[in-house]
Amino acid sequence: MIGGPAGYEIAGVPGSTGGPGGAEVTVALAPRRAESTPWRLLLRKPTFVAGAVILLFWIACALFGSVIAPHSPFAQQLLATNNAPSRAHLFGTDQLGRDMLSRVIVGARGILLIAPLATLLGTALGTALGLAMGYLGGVIDLLVSRVVEAVLALPFLIVAFLFIVALGPSTTTLIVVIGFVFTPLIARTVRSAVLVESQLDYLSSARLLGEKSAHIMFVEILPNVVPAILVEFTVRLGYAIFAVATLSFLGFGIQPPTPDWGADIAANYGVLPAGYWWETIFPALAIASLVIGVNLVTDAIEQVLAS
Amino acid sequence: MTAADTAAAPGGTGGTGLTLAVEHMDVTYRVRGQDRRVLRDVSFQIGRNESYGLVGESGSGKSTVALALTRYLPRNGWVSSGTISINGIDPLALGDAALRELRARTVSMVYQEPGRALNPSIKVGRQVAEVYEIAGLGRRSALESAENMLRKVQISDPGRVMERYPHQLSGGMAQRAVIAMALAAEPSLLILDEPTTALDATVEAEVLDLVAALREEFDTSVLFISHNLAVIAKMCDRVGVLYAGELIEEGPAREVFDQPRHPYTVGLLRCIPRRGQRKDHGRLDTIPGFLPAPGSVLNECIFAARCPIAEQQCRAAAPPAFAISATRSSRCYLHELTVDLPRNTPVDVQLPSRHDAAEPIVRVASLSKTFGSRGETVKALVGVDLVLERGETLGLVGESGSGKTTLARALLGLITPDEGSIVELEGQPLGADARRRPRDQLKALQIVFQNPDSALNRRHTVRRLISRPLSRLAGLSGAQLRERLADLVRSVRMEERHLTLRPSQLSGGLKQRVAIARAFGGGPRIVVCDEPTSALDVSVQAAILNLLVDLQAKEQVTYLFISHDLGLVRYLSDRIAVLYLGRVMEIGPAEAVFAGPHHPYTEALLSAVPSLDGQHATRIRLHGEIPSAADPPTGCVFHTRCPRRLTTGECESTEPPLLEVAPGHLMSCHIPIDQLQTLQNDGRVP
Repeated sequence: MIGGPAGYEIAGVPGSTGGPGGAEVTVALAPRRAESTPWRLLLRKPTFVAGAVILLFWIACALFGSVIAPHSPFAQQLLATNNAPSRAHLFGTDQLGRDMLSRVIVGARGILLIAPLATLLGTALGTALGLAMGYLGGVIDLLVSRVVEAVLALPFLIVAFLFIVALGPSTTTLIVVIGFVFTPLIARTVRSAVLVESQLDYLSSARLLGEKSAHIMFVEILPNVVPAILVEFTVRLGYAIFAVATLSFLGFGIQPPTPDWGADIAANYGVLPAGYWWETIFPALAIASLVIGVNLVTDAIEQVLAS
Repeated sequence: MTAADTAAAPGGTGGTGLTLAVEHMDVTYRVRGQDRRVLRDVSFQIGRNESYGLVGESGSGKSTVALALTRYLPRNGWVSSGTISINGIDPLALGDAALRELRARTVSMVYQEPGRALNPSIKVGRQVAEVYEIAGLGRRSALESAENMLRKVQISDPGRVMERYPHQLSGGMAQRAVIAMALAAEPSLLILDEPTTALDATVEAEVLDLVAALREEFDTSVLFISHNLAVIAKMCDRVGVLYAGELIEEGPAREVFDQPRHPYTVGLLRCIPRRGQRKDHGRLDTIPGFLPAPGSVLNECIFAARCPIAEQQCRAAAPPAFAISATRSSRCYLHELTVDLPRNTPVDVQLPSRHDAAEPIVRVASLSKTFGSRGETVKALVGVDLVLERGETLGLVGESGSGKTTLARALLGLITPDEGSIVELEGQPLGADARRRPRDQLKALQIVFQNPDSALNRRHTVRRLISRPLSRLAGLSGAQLRERLADLVRSVRMEERHLTLRPSQLSGGLKQRVAIARAFGGGPRIVVCDEPTSALDVSVQAAILNLLVDLQAKEQVTYLFISHDLGLVRYLSDRIAVLYLGRVMEIGPAEAVFAGPHHPYTEALLSAVPSLDGQHATRIRLHGEIPSAADPPTGCVFHTRCPRRLTTGECESTEPPLLEVAPGHLMSCHIPIDQLQTLQNDGRVP
């Protein structure tokens, strides 16, 4: 196509940076820039605000749980086991008479430490790998892509079990295991974002300045794929929370008596048929609300970046 | 003229004979809670079988007019005052069913991108037939009618084309299919919104001829929207010039372009190099300043801020439309004075002192590039020999797919040429891969890309973008770098305040200036300009061309200027090379190539260009599109489309060598030069 898009107009939205003329306007109306920063756009989205409120609530619980909690999450009251929710114990007590509300509040700590750190580890490794695959291409791309496919073919839980059995369950093990499992997934997303960027002339331009590959990958390309990485991070965070809860439920995660939602569900679901629903339902709701909070934030970020 | 008058004439026949009447139309968009009036007081009429052109730069509201007429405005936009009447029907008053009926039978639209107008998952035949089915035909007769219609738009094998999906058609073919669909309903009004902007010049010429012929046949009125003044001049009886949402001048196309009566129209026309105008004739004139923000409320003439002759009264109140003659109007108090409007840009031009003895700076010999592997190979360049002389501008022309960009990228080391290719800089071989070239070679060769949006890293600031070549290539740092940066920013006519901005905050013209500053930062000896203005409006284009000429004089650089716009190439180039299917067809001094005798392909390219002065030197037309480079024709690669092909069969069997026909003028054609001369002087159309 040799006829350039000169004169191409975006008729719908005046003042958008449509054609060259439309863009002049953006300069003319410089003050409007502040209005449309991603932050402001996010804060205008009710889904983001709702998700952020939920997240902030649980982060506060994780940080100051022992202060907020009405009782010690470890204190056993053998005379008040399996108490239904009441004024003294809003969420009831468990089989050892421990206050469920306090356990739910303090239980946020483990999951909110492990899930974000694991996701961060996976994102960092995955980004580096994805940049290399997408930009350098060739043999590196071919080899790593096959490895990624191999890892993706293995069920997550089986891989996690193997590692945890080999290394012993600990916070570090969980972070490393989840981080490693996420790495190829994130690498794949970053790779495709890099491939889109590779079509653009600014990379040729950088090459003509004699820039090194590392500079091109991390200084030229990386800032342009950050939005994709950000979305991937939040999506993975949701999965990580779920993974930590699942592993704890199966006994491979945070170990009792440390309060933890997954572990508490595992410890108490046996008494569910006896009608002691509060011992299971409140940790389950905690997990659900945290995942929902993360997903709401993810959706809002995705929408803002897409617009 | 009111809507009631036209309503008395059903079908647009009868008394008034108007197909479209727009009276005092305003269109308002609601953006972030604010109403912005983007069209103000627009009035025009299109008579039966008349062709009306709406011309304007991007952001002027051309497309908004088209959308308003058919009520396709987005949800936040509406016609806030005025009336529209199409064949006496007011589309604004119609209910859903009647509106659908109007769009189906009375008005058709053709857009810029044919690829987007067709449904990618339905065969072309079905899509055209659908129009007839809506009109009430049975399935079989609809398909028959569709085939007839496709034949009318000069699709040579309609039966086969109907069985294809849109992606299997070339751009020109797809646009014909869209035109077929638009005309299938035999509309009274056909709206064409930049219908040929995405097409090659040769294909554009064919599509324009087709539209003109069909207009006669179908007795249709046409509203032709384009940014290209020459296309409008060729296609339209009357023209309206739109600026910032106001129709500032209107009249018969020939008169408006010959004697414009509004300063904006005058300025616009001066931005375009006239036939035969060259850079040594002086700078192009420009229009300073920017378009006002859409919907801004001004109590003065909208053009006053950019007008060289604006007076007190222009700033006191917006001018009404003055009737200059029975058929012409202009929204300018001073429309009498536009004849000798003062220039905005001084004519004086410094030209680079060319060395008399042509001294080659770059030599390319038997340069080939083959893409692909596993049997499917595409020869993008085949044995190209050429020389760039120090300080000159070599223009590179050809249709898309002719190998222009491949040649540039091979020169820059962005793609590796085939074994045996020779690329030399001042006698020294150039590294095949830019990444392995020494700093001096990187410094020597730089490029200005076509699209600054793609060529500038959108996350970096202007300061960073321009500083980088200074530190990487020129090896500057600290105070020296800052000094050179300020110097460079001044020489591309930008300001200090732009340095902290990012590309998205700049206009198209400013972005391209940043790209130019980047290319010149390292102190290059050769700059490749790959369609540097094709993404820009004409008023911006003129400023960029002036800048390129000034920089060449100042920095003594050599340009390889790639463009599909022959007017620009002629304006800027000292020598011209014509490429077709990766081969040089003709190369020589610009004047010789343009004056002729020229290669039949060059002749066809020249014939395809619509000109503003109305001298349609319609000599020869190319039919069809450039053949696939994966399967090039035998013999002379151009013979399949060559209107002057010899009957001896020589063209089909042997490839003509590139021979010197005059000093410095080389051509690859079997027809002897004097015979070409006679043929072309006769103006005989074979």
